[in-house]
Amino acid sequence: MRLSDSLGSAFEALRAHKLRSVLTMLGIVIGVAAVIATVSIGGGAREEVVGRIKSLGANLIIVLPGNITSGGVRLGTGQSATLNDDDAKAIEREVAQVQVAAPTMRGGAQVVFGGTNWGTSIFGVENNFFEAREWDIEKGRLFNGEESQRGGQVALLGLTVKNQLFGEDDPIGQTIRVKNVPFEVIGVMARKGQSAQGQDQDDSVFLPLQSARQRVIGSSRAKNRSIGSMLVKVREGEDMAEAEAEIKSLLRQRHRLREGDEDDFTLRNLSDILSTVEASARILSVGLSAVAAVSLLVGGIGIMNIMLVSVTERTREIGVRMAVGATPRDVMGQFLIEATTLALIGGMAGIVLGGILSQVVSRMAGWPLYVDVSAIVMAVVVSGLIGIVSGFYPAWRASRLDPVEALRSA
Amino acid sequence: MQSQTASLIEVRDLKRTYAMGDETVTALAGVSLDIAEGEFVAVMGPSGSGKSTFMNLIGCLDKPNSGAYRLAGEEVSLLSADALAGVRSRRIGFVFQQFNLLERTDAVGNVALPMIYASSDRKERRRKAEAALARVGLADRMGHTPLQLSGGQQQRVAIARALVNNPRILLADEPTGALDSRTSLDIMALFQQLNREGMTVLVVTHEQDVADFAKRVVRFRDGRVISDKTQQPRDAVEAIAALTRELEEAAA
Repeated sequence: MRLSDSLGSAFEALRAHKLRSVLTMLGIVIGVAAVIATVSIGGGAREEVVGRIKSLGANLIIVLPGNITSGGVRLGTGQSATLNDDDAKAIEREVAQVQVAAPTMRGGAQVVFGGTNWGTSIFGVENNFFEAREWDIEKGRLFNGEESQRGGQVALLGLTVKNQLFGEDDPIGQTIRVKNVPFEVIGVMARKGQSAQGQDQDDSVFLPLQSARQRVIGSSRAKNRSIGSMLVKVREGEDMAEAEAEIKSLLRQRHRLREGDEDDFTLRNLSDILSTVEASARILSVGLSAVAAVSLLVGGIGIMNIMLVSVTERTREIGVRMAVGATPRDVMGQFLIEATTLALIGGMAGIVLGGILSQVVSRMAGWPLYVDVSAIVMAVVVSGLIGIVSGFYPAWRASRLDPVEALRSA
Repeated sequence: MQSQTASLIEVRDLKRTYAMGDETVTALAGVSLDIAEGEFVAVMGPSGSGKSTFMNLIGCLDKPNSGAYRLAGEEVSLLSADALAGVRSRRIGFVFQQFNLLERTDAVGNVALPMIYASSDRKERRRKAEAALARVGLADRMGHTPLQLSGGQQQRVAIARALVNNPRILLADEPTGALDSRTSLDIMALFQQLNREGMTVLVVTHEQDVADFAKRVVRFRDGRVISDKTQQPRDAVEAIAALTRELEEAAA
């Protein structure tokens, strides 16, 4: 008996009992859908995590002033004034693993050029901020030494701000006003895209730290030279935990904290944050994997059950086929292929369902849709195997029927 | 190789017993019989006489406990299940009382069924199936499924299925048992026609009316052959004409 003939009679038999076939497939459908969704959601989450690391710059530690429970009083981090420029310089100088420690300040303001204005984020930074963030300049130049140290009235524009204020025109050499202070535009930064929180990172204006602090967003901080936060970039290949420990002890020493005192700063390792995301994705994965395994097992049992019923129902048909020349092997092949076809169709439906499911989840979570071809191939192979394994016993029973008995059955 | 004059079926002291719980039931207690090519044999006997067991053994559906069975010169009583399937496929055409057609498959598909196990080309199969259906007078019913056909037509489809692999013998088990008398005559006429064309026909029946159309009648009782006679067969076409006249007279 040829494969095409076996497939033909398999499809005919499945069509003859449509509802039964569909219900039998359901276990496989759900199992495979769960596998596909698991792989796809896990992969999407991982890709999202990698994306965040890339967008922030690799090997970053964020140092924020204050502690969540400073002296028993809960202060929002970033609100107190316990970090300053010198802390950043000291870290960069004294901690061997650190490549760059960039002090930054952040605020919001209206930016005016001619008749137009635009509300945006104002960053006070030094050039090393761009190094830490791995952020290239597209046009013009960065701050020079004089501008950085003395607080020159110059500005670098994010791409969004440039487009809002200048459109297609060249902004370099033009003067913008921030809180009524004039700044000369000296450069435009390259596109950076959305941040992890979904903010447009290109909607920013960068001023020298000193200028921002003294003239625009940090009037209260001007005296103590405090900063909003610090971005520390650890050298490639160095141990993040070690670097963190060193930074911590250096800052405690500089801030004259005694043993038992709480830190007056907070370190945030990005990988800590991201691993939380991964962990929740993993919990989802484990749950779905369990569903998948149980569902595939139940699906296999269902197929075996329905194939046994089918063999019993069609005993006389088997007898007739044997009488007209079917060998036991032909009969076995027919039922095996029927079971495998059932499982494979279920598998394909499961792939489609799983694809829809992961698209819905990735859209809700805002993750990129992740398609894993190897998972799809695996799903097909696994459902085929389930069909063969669960169809084997019923098919073997059919092949062992005595033709005389089979023909005599009702 | 056997010569042309040798018997198509050569059975020597064939025995078949069944275990029924603790008891052993003897279905066939030693049967010897020769059937030549081109014969039309009716096998008769009451139920339990062993005629069905004999039929199953001749049809290679079952194996004897002892004895010899040569079919077309080949000893088949010792063959494996696979080899027996091959013998059935090549040499034997079965016709059953209940037709045993695949319900969802049309006439051509049913007739083509034996050929899927004999591995022939799909187009070739269709051509042969259509030819076989034409031979039994169903050229205009090719695409009908069994439910769309009358009992007599279904049995014709089954006969076409039995013919399609060009077997040496047609084995029919109570072929008219589920049909009315007029349709039964049609089927017997078809068997007589096939027999005239050279087909060896073996009909198992318990009806004398059916056995009358055979050239030879073998009677079974208690697992043995109790009589084996040749006879002048009744002509089924004439029987149909007679029946038609009778009905017309009754109506007049």
